[in-house]
Amino acid sequence: MTKEMTGAEMVLQALADQGVEHIFGYPGGAVLPIYDAIFQQDKVKHILVRHEQGAVHAAEGYARSTGKVGCVLVTSGPGATNAVTGLTDALMDSIPLVCITGQVPTHLIGNDAFQECDTVGITRPCTKHNYLVKRIEDLPRVLHEAFHIAANGRPGPVVVDIPKDIQFAKGMYTGPSNIRHKTYHPKVKGDIDKIKAAVELMAGAKRPLFYTGGGVINSGKEASHLLRELVKMTGYPITSTLMGLGAFPAADPQWLGMLGMHGTYEANWAMHDCDVMVCIGARFDDRITGRLDAFSPGSRKIHVDIDASSINKNVKIDIGIVGDCAHVLEDMTRLWRASNVQTDKPALASWWKQIDKWRARKSLNFKNSDTIIKPQYALQRLYDLTKDKDTYITTEVGQHQMWAAQFYNFQEPNRWMTSGGLGTMGYGLPAAVGVQMAHPGSLVIDIAGEASVLMTMQEISTAVQYRLPIKIFILNNQYMGMVRQWQELLHGGRYSESYSEALPDFVKLAEAYHAVGIRCTKPSELDFAIKEMIEVDKPVIFDCMVDQAENCFPMIPSGKAHNEMILGDSAVALDEAITEEGKMLV
Amino acid sequence: MNALPSSSHYPAAPTAQVAEPHTLTVLVDNEPGVLARVIGLFSGRGYNIDSLTVSETEHQAHVSRITIVTTGTPMVIEQIKHQLERLVPVHRVHDMTVEGRSIERELAMVKVRGKGEARVEALRLADAFRARVIDATTESFVFEITGGSEKIEQFVALMLPLGLVEVSRTGIVAISRGPEGM
Ligand SMILES: Cc1ncc(C[n+]2csc(CCOP(=O)(O)OP(=O)(O)O)c2C)c(N)n1
Ligand SMILES: [Mg+2]
Repeated sequence: MTKEMTGAEMVLQALADQGVEHIFGYPGGAVLPIYDAIFQQDKVKHILVRHEQGAVHAAEGYARSTGKVGCVLVTSGPGATNAVTGLTDALMDSIPLVCITGQVPTHLIGNDAFQECDTVGITRPCTKHNYLVKRIEDLPRVLHEAFHIAANGRPGPVVVDIPKDIQFAKGMYTGPSNIRHKTYHPKVKGDIDKIKAAVELMAGAKRPLFYTGGGVINSGKEASHLLRELVKMTGYPITSTLMGLGAFPAADPQWLGMLGMHGTYEANWAMHDCDVMVCIGARFDDRITGRLDAFSPGSRKIHVDIDASSINKNVKIDIGIVGDCAHVLEDMTRLWRASNVQTDKPALASWWKQIDKWRARKSLNFKNSDTIIKPQYALQRLYDLTKDKDTYITTEVGQHQMWAAQFYNFQEPNRWMTSGGLGTMGYGLPAAVGVQMAHPGSLVIDIAGEASVLMTMQEISTAVQYRLPIKIFILNNQYMGMVRQWQELLHGGRYSESYSEALPDFVKLAEAYHAVGIRCTKPSELDFAIKEMIEVDKPVIFDCMVDQAENCFPMIPSGKAHNEMILGDSAVALDEAITEEGKMLV
Repeated sequence: MNALPSSSHYPAAPTAQVAEPHTLTVLVDNEPGVLARVIGLFSGRGYNIDSLTVSETEHQAHVSRITIVTTGTPMVIEQIKHQLERLVPVHRVHDMTVEGRSIERELAMVKVRGKGEARVEALRLADAFRARVIDATTESFVFEITGGSEKIEQFVALMLPLGLVEVSRTGIVAISRGPEGM
């Protein structure tokens, strides 16, 4: 399609042509022509947030729960700078976004004009790519290219900075085309010889382990499906990073739980002791590896990643396969099946026996109470009461996030939205807004901390405006609990500035926003209160008053190895967990 | 609760491998900001730049050639290469050091001020190094010298006691030997 129109109209036309239905944004002087174009069409629905950071997180939630590209529209200067946290978050977690920013007119660029900032300069290190469009002739191509780059290869955020005069200028619009990009050609098919070698190595393993991550989710539902097939076919154990939860069902007996700093005992010990590690779409982040020189010392490592720079970045890899997870998994399952693999049954049996011993320590155990709500208990109840519903979970950052990862058992991909790489407090509420926008009939819950949620609390107003019945489930321990935990363990219990002083009354706060507030203080009332929260067809702030002193275990202290992890007091002691027969082996 | 010895949030820095210099050739689309992307990558990720040269080489195709000399362990050099390849406007990256058989040159202009015996000596040495005189006054010369970095270092060191005023160097450019292009 070729047609004459203004730059602002091109933006809306390109969004529509790219299949965009929702865009999260906030107006201002430098984007008024685009807002005018929004007003005059009905293909793309605009969701007005309350802060630009919220717009980006909402688009992230939207993208991660649908697999589509999330879209954002903000004004120049403060609009763009407010978006920076969200863009960095999306870059770290590989979330595909297109963020359109307004800019002062081209003749004023560099003049310190009102609400001018160097948007491409500021966002260069926090985007996958960015553009400043200085000619109307370039605009249609750049807009389509932005979507292409955001979604292909390792996904990420792309900024398109459009000066106001370009929004007014008239030019010829052209629709998306299949022209091969000049330079950007991510490799999706893995090298078949390497995949063969990987399958061979896997087949001969005595203590194998799958270690998967967010890349499997990003690769699409088919990747999760193929992963399940491969894991089932091999019979091997599997663990995953925080970002990868849901790709493999937590209810499956081959699932060891999450690994890493707050991962399960069995997952981390299996990482340490395995002889063949199959890493798919994860990146050996420092929260996962712990002490690098003691990381899984005896294993041969296979690494599948679409980003070549992730391979051999932190950890030496034996077989590195550059490619899209779904494509490589497809080849792997096909080759495994075709080669009629005979695995080492006795070795695998004793590996599973060892894993069961680690499991027997029940590293997620906690001491429950009937007078005070334990945060873990609250999440167990939340899980039980919502697991049969069509539920999506977002989180903020802190202890509650780690407990959510440990206690909410994800069975499907795209159901879990959390800020992993950047660890952005304030992510969960706006992300829930985005998720609910994409899934109107579903139950969307932000598992929150009282400190984090105040960082973007204003977005509840967005939820109310658009009748998005999100549930903000605050585990209120009146502390920046994760900070408090580190201070307790590493800084002599000096709780410097980590107490949540002068908290608002969250029930009244909800009411002030025309939402519903629920408070629960007793374990005995929890089920009833959660059910009430689920049934209300409005945004809810649920103030769940929990034990202030609870710590999140297990934990690999920083700078320590997987086999040096510490457990909470409630885990089963080593000598109790080890059977008579096991003692002989140790 | 047992006390934890480490007070850092992060694992300790890995013990150092041996760092070595590598020359990378990067072919990029000559669009605005492309050099900022490359340099930002180096500063943002803490890589070294020992030398950097840039110029458009294929005007019609809008392709520029960037030559970077950097120092790092083999793992870091591999990272740098892949990180560069990840940049959207980058066509190709070649590690001239690993691929071998490449020629590296730079050009320097060297200003020397002096009279009498020092002046004569400077001129004599320039001749030995095949440096050309491209500007002269009764009390100064500007020499143009081309060659490998070591040759230039050596020449500059010799000029120092003879009245060296300043040096302007292009940085290293590199090309592979033989009939094949990149
Ligand atoms: C924007 C931002 N600032 C600071 C931090 C550091 N930080 C990590 S967790 C945390 C405390 C979170 O407290 P809360 O939301 O109450 O969660 P809890 O740990 O108590 O469950 C802080 C301050 C962060 N992750 N993000
Ligand atoms: Mg808290």
